[in-house]
Amino acid sequence: MRTPDQQRRARLATRLALLSLVLLLAGLAAGSEGWSVRELWLTLQHGDAALIVGQIRAPRTLGAWLAGALLGLSGALAQGLFRNPLADPYLLGSASGASLAVVLVLAASSLTGHGVALATAGAVARLGLVGAAFAGALLGVSLTLVLARGAEQTTRLLLAGVVVGVLLAAASDLVTSAAPDALRGKQAFMLGSTGFLSWSACAVLAAGLLVALPPAWRLARALDALTLGEDAARSLGLSLPRLRAALVGALALSIGVAVSQTGLIAFVGLVSPHLVRRFAPAPHGYTLLASAATGGTLLLAADVLARSLMAPQEVPVGVLTALLGGAYLLWLLHRRRIA
Amino acid sequence: MSVAMRKQSASLRADSLGVSLGSTRALDDVSIGFEPGWSAIVGANGAGKSTLLRTLAGLQAPRSGSVELDGRRLSAWTARERATRVAWLGQHAETTGELTVREVVQLGRLPHHGLFGAPTAQDESIVDAAMHDAECAAWQARRLHELSGGERQRVLIARALAVDAPILLLDEPTTHLDPPHQIALVQLLRRRAAHGVTVISVLHDLALALLADRLVVLDRGRLRAVGSSDAPALHAALVDVFDGAIRIERVGARWVPVANVEW
Repeated sequence: MRTPDQQRRARLATRLALLSLVLLLAGLAAGSEGWSVRELWLTLQHGDAALIVGQIRAPRTLGAWLAGALLGLSGALAQGLFRNPLADPYLLGSASGASLAVVLVLAASSLTGHGVALATAGAVARLGLVGAAFAGALLGVSLTLVLARGAEQTTRLLLAGVVVGVLLAAASDLVTSAAPDALRGKQAFMLGSTGFLSWSACAVLAAGLLVALPPAWRLARALDALTLGEDAARSLGLSLPRLRAALVGALALSIGVAVSQTGLIAFVGLVSPHLVRRFAPAPHGYTLLASAATGGTLLLAADVLARSLMAPQEVPVGVLTALLGGAYLLWLLHRRRIA
Repeated sequence: MSVAMRKQSASLRADSLGVSLGSTRALDDVSIGFEPGWSAIVGANGAGKSTLLRTLAGLQAPRSGSVELDGRRLSAWTARERATRVAWLGQHAETTGELTVREVVQLGRLPHHGLFGAPTAQDESIVDAAMHDAECAAWQARRLHELSGGERQRVLIARALAVDAPILLLDEPTTHLDPPHQIALVQLLRRRAAHGVTVISVLHDLALALLADRLVVLDRGRLRAVGSSDAPALHAALVDVFDGAIRIERVGARWVPVANVEW
């Protein structure tokens, strides 16, 4: 017989799977002329229209889910690591590092006369931007670790992350004031977008998820032990410095891969673990996996909405996630106050 | 394995232990050995009781001197080996997360099966026994944050018991407990001690501490006295450490502290 907790967990898993499936279909059907399944079917009948679905909508849809999953996973990791339900995975300098790197590439290209814009960048330039964002995220996290003198103390780590965030943001402001052309590209990156996801981006995102998820899941019991406090976790034989290093590594990898493909999409990482805890509170082994699935579902839903709300215009997906996430947190705050 | 381990007793020794917390000298030249039985560490606020317990548990590195577990320096044990031999419960357990009572108590088995192992049937029966002993089995499906302070404390005690270690270190385990549960805990500690467990508890409640087999009196980071609860020299040390605010009197077969209050 299953306990009520197990029933809730199974129910959430089923719902996430069903919702993801429906959204995947919706993502294939959603085009610049609104969306309909009939239209999708008709489109698939014609050769070059099938190309649109196969080469644009399909990778974009799958990519949005994968990027959301990476964000959800990193949110659950960050909140477990910092023992704080409000910890944002963009802490630790990953977001500011990635955006500084992107700004540097954009500024360098505009100063040397090869203007690059996110939307029109060719394959080589895009690869360069993606690589820069990933390297920037990892460098930002490394800088935070150096400043915090390792991952030994959570508070120091958190403070160092804030300091690195402020410093790197100032540096990228400085760069954009010298090369104003980079501003638009920076803005696009900060808003986040699922619009440029190709099959190769999907491959990168999937690889990131496959590399980050298993070690994170293996360390879930350690995150459980951390809920009793750091001393209690140590008294249970856990080596906290090693544990934190592994968790920060998985966190940096999943954030770095996600932001390199989609820019800084807000709130998905913060909200996904919240939703999981609300619908199916569980030990971290489940929370990590379910947060990844929730993140994927959320970002895909936002992507489909972004495409169809004002079709043929597209709402920036980062704006949508920020609005939805903000509204959710506001509602949570309101509910707490009543309670 | 762990049942055999419980029969196999363990010893813990501090040798000229000195500990600094920032610029404060928390412990100074403390030498004391612990064998199977129940020892209570007492002393005024800030005397170094919790620091001594943390250092014995390997959570605080000494500035000088050493702690030896079964004749081997504590730092020479691997973290997991040490964790199967020494269980520790802290004073300010700030808990977060969504774990149920049972899931929290199961964490006590972590040192035995490790992060990558799975709990066995024997682990589960030890968890059941620990919850039974700490009287929290009835609400094992509830979440920690849904419990009252005293209920949560009993769960955390069960978590420490579930390690099933030959050495049990408890910092103020009676915090938040009502009088019946305080007595039940004392009886439980005595039972465990009688079965060969080395129980060391910090207690600010002298009435409870005087029920222990042995009292360890700390005074401003130094070892002031060690002895059984009916030793007159120990009573004198207690009265002195607490600036004469109490006296120790005999009630029936027991010794109890009485406050020196003039109205």
